[in-house]
Amino acid sequence: MISRNPQLNAEGKLTHLLTLEGLPASVIADILDTAHPFVSVGEREVKKVPLLRGKAIFNLFFENSTRTRTTFEIAAKRLSADVINLNIGVSSTSKGETLLDTVDNLVAMNADMFVVRHSQSGAPHLIAAHLNRTGRAHVHVVNAGDGRHAHPTQGLLDLFTIRHYKKDFRRLTVAIVGDVLHSRVARSLIHGLTTLGTPEVRAIGPKTLLPTAVQSLGVRVYHDMREGLAGCDVVVMLRLQSERMRGALLPSPGEYFKHYGLTVEKLAMAKPDAIVMHPGPMNRGIEIDSAVADGDRSVILPQVTFGIAVRMAVMSILAGG
Amino acid sequence: MSPGNADVRDLPALPDAEAALAELAARMAPAVAHDAAFVGIYSGGAWVAERLAKMLPGDHPVGFIDVAFYRDDYKRSGLKANTRRTELPFDVEGATIVLVDDVLFTGRSVRAAINELFDFGRPDAIELAVLVDRGGRELPIEPTYTGASLAVARDLSIVLSRDANGRLALAIEPATAA
Repeated sequence: MISRNPQLNAEGKLTHLLTLEGLPASVIADILDTAHPFVSVGEREVKKVPLLRGKAIFNLFFENSTRTRTTFEIAAKRLSADVINLNIGVSSTSKGETLLDTVDNLVAMNADMFVVRHSQSGAPHLIAAHLNRTGRAHVHVVNAGDGRHAHPTQGLLDLFTIRHYKKDFRRLTVAIVGDVLHSRVARSLIHGLTTLGTPEVRAIGPKTLLPTAVQSLGVRVYHDMREGLAGCDVVVMLRLQSERMRGALLPSPGEYFKHYGLTVEKLAMAKPDAIVMHPGPMNRGIEIDSAVADGDRSVILPQVTFGIAVRMAVMSILAGG
Repeated sequence: MSPGNADVRDLPALPDAEAALAELAARMAPAVAHDAAFVGIYSGGAWVAERLAKMLPGDHPVGFIDVAFYRDDYKRSGLKANTRRTELPFDVEGATIVLVDDVLFTGRSVRAAINELFDFGRPDAIELAVLVDRGGRELPIEPTYTGASLAVARDLSIVLSRDANGRLALAIEPATAA
């Protein structure tokens, strides 16, 4: 029997982090609060605390992502855990092993946590449900991005960044600009923002890149960027995935930049103290102009720093269950 | 008398926190280095460290330490909520440090605090000042300076609080399950 929310145990505590959808506001707030003191660990001479000493954390990356894998690896190492990186795409599964057989083998090696990246939506969920069902919920799963579904730690680090600069979600207007259709980052952030009581979340982009169901997430849709940015406190730019160009969803990079690239002139529509975010890696001159990316409203690099602390918080909350 | 609960009549008389603080300061004054840094262990120890720095002669940088990431009961009880940033606004390398805590009991928080300090550098010396020593040590740790001493049953907690005017007060309550 699989519980409705396999992320939470019977006492409502977090055992796996699969998605921000359906997570209570208190659980999200607890992660953000816990991340705060971890920021300072990265500023120390010895950038390490002994919390997860002796724990074995496996990075299971069925889809390549050097950047995300590295941030999880740094976070785990700063908690003193042992990190094992597996690029599954080029190993066991190519020999015919199933996903759950791979997991069972690693559990037999006494894994304590899996950080899972997969191109299929639901893969981390499948692993977590398997562990729960077989009485091994002490082995934790963190979703590091699955298909078009979710990227909860990215969503959490975006929330942490917004809270750091803007304090109270209940007075904010947040715009998410670009390829919302293919973006698990956008989906996770929208769920988090809504749960924490953000009164207005906007999605800005061409019709071909906004999922038809986006309004059901409680989002206002804009196709005109200037109109959508008016009065915003936070502007989140999404990476335009170049492979989408070939799918005839977009005319050309130049055309896209003209309509949806963030320039100083378009940013002027937002509030004077609006912050600009981007999950990286960014395409300069396609979705964002260098003058904005390197400007004083950009908090893109602090996002990276906060991302380590947020992942440390998630791992220590799960392992301390 | 119900099991696990000490009878109200058995509760020891608590010292007045302000009097214990004055006593602690008087014992430290002749001995503490004038440039020693005072590091309070959150949360009660932080209040005591701030007060001591004002009461004692010399120039004492004040730091705060939250030992949550170094505790030995993480595997048992997880990460405690509301962990705060450790702030040490001085160079730990070569410093003389007085660790300050409100209540010394098992010695486990002090052990964690010493471990954390060494991740910032190698201090010349670490001393320990406590407002109240309640006995019950589980580690070979002893205070250098003590405000007041008393024996308290293990199932009771001594809790320090601070009012809006900054006055400290001690209270005794049943221990919460750690």
